[in-house]
Amino acid sequence: MCGIVGLFAKSSEVEARLGEHLAAMLVQMSSRGPDSAGVAVYRDPVPSGSSKLTLFSPDPHEHWGSLMDELKDAFGDCEEPSIRASHAVLVVGAEPAAAEGWVRANRPDLRVMSAGEVIEIYKETGLPEDFAAAFALEDFQGTHALGHTRMATESRVTTEGSHPFSTGYDLCLVHNGSLSNHNRLRENLRREGIGFQTENDTEVAAGYLAWRLREGASLEQALEGCLTDLDGFYTFAVGTSDGFAVLRDPIACKPAVLAETDEWVAMSSEWRSIAVLPGAADARAWEPEPGVVYVWERKRAGVS
Amino acid sequence: MTVSATESTDVEVVDLETTSLRELNRRLHDLAGGAPGPRRFRVVNPSGAHAVACGLDAEIEVEIEGHVGYYCAGMNKLATVRVHGNASTGIAENMMSGLVVVDGNVSQSAGATGRGGLLVVRGNASSRCGISMKGIDIVVGGSVGHMSAFMAQRGCLVVCGDAGDSLGDSIYEARLYVRGSVAGLGADCVEKEMRDEHVEQVRGLLAAAGVDADPADFRRYGSARQLYNFTIDNVGAY
Repeated sequence: MCGIVGLFAKSSEVEARLGEHLAAMLVQMSSRGPDSAGVAVYRDPVPSGSSKLTLFSPDPHEHWGSLMDELKDAFGDCEEPSIRASHAVLVVGAEPAAAEGWVRANRPDLRVMSAGEVIEIYKETGLPEDFAAAFALEDFQGTHALGHTRMATESRVTTEGSHPFSTGYDLCLVHNGSLSNHNRLRENLRREGIGFQTENDTEVAAGYLAWRLREGASLEQALEGCLTDLDGFYTFAVGTSDGFAVLRDPIACKPAVLAETDEWVAMSSEWRSIAVLPGAADARAWEPEPGVVYVWERKRAGVS
Repeated sequence: MTVSATESTDVEVVDLETTSLRELNRRLHDLAGGAPGPRRFRVVNPSGAHAVACGLDAEIEVEIEGHVGYYCAGMNKLATVRVHGNASTGIAENMMSGLVVVDGNVSQSAGATGRGGLLVVRGNASSRCGISMKGIDIVVGGSVGHMSAFMAQRGCLVVCGDAGDSLGDSIYEARLYVRGSVAGLGADCVEKEMRDEHVEQVRGLLAAAGVDADPADFRRYGSARQLYNFTIDNVGAY
């Protein structure tokens, strides 16, 4: 089953309360996905040349401070880690590739949940409500966010198998559905140099997008490629540093609803999640068409 | 229990923000068989809840102010249910009799497997509208999505707008009337002659639905009846 939510702020008021809205939306999707929950939040961009890593440690007594010292030694600069439950965000004075590469090489016990300049990903097994409380989602301010509640079908219930999956810098994917050609596709993508951390089908879809984007496709083109190259059922929500996109497979068995006001754009598996947003009763609401890519993007600062 | 506050002498208002869905449905079910109680209800703050006013079996009227989730008015018998908003998957699925009216749009599988009664959608219906319908009549003011009336057995689907791809795939004896374009017909579904009796049937359904359209503008689609029986020519396909 699974539940997906997405929220894109169009006003500073909604940006200021992004996490609170996201948590409320996520909790509404508990019955669709009680196994695990996760969010990708786009907030606090770091200066160019720096990078933001979200890391997960299976060790509840992880010494994030000593990791910060090691990163300082390696790159000259690393801010105090921002710790939330089993995750920590570190801002490193190095490009994302270098910072992520260092962690993978030197701390294989840690899991890189996301890397980029804006994105932060948090995910954990358990009920959405418990997840929202443990990670203090209500504190978050930000421009846009995606969330997922998981009812596992294709792989085990683990932190790593939870969504969102990050597949490229500042890029992430959440998925409701199941893919049937993921094993073959994973092998093909591995030959193209795309790395996978789990046996999860959604990670393959995420890897597919990363590959298409690397090969020069626009986000819209990459998503349109899914219509021919992915076999299975899906409603996808994809986050980028500037916005988010939604795609349903042509059969469109998996639900999705979109809604927009002057203050926000929201997507969810069900209206219940959108009904909790301010002004929802007067929002323009519609069901995304099968096989059609919907994209919302904010203009980058300095670009008119 | 907070089912209370009557706003006029005979309309009972139920606020789903303060009353549980189960409580609402239990109250509506208690009226089955003509049991005494209010005959008119107004449900506020549905907030996309599933199974609102499901399984009714009484001549009552339920007005819902807002959007509803899955299977609203499912299995409806005798009752009139009006949704002043949108409805998600499976509105009026397996309806037996009565009337269900949605002012807005509805998601997939509207009126699925319905055996009787009338479902009116003033907006658009998504994919699989009237899938496996077995006697229900469905009038859609807007358009319907792909695979509508899949394996439809009995009843009428009237579409004032357009129909998506694979309309009436593997259809039995349901009648499909479409005013606009049809993206594509499914297996064994063909266009048929629109005779006077069909124009009159559409006229009656439009009137019952309160939809203003000229019945003469509709085209009729139905079964070519080529998939009914085993054909020896197809033996190689098995």
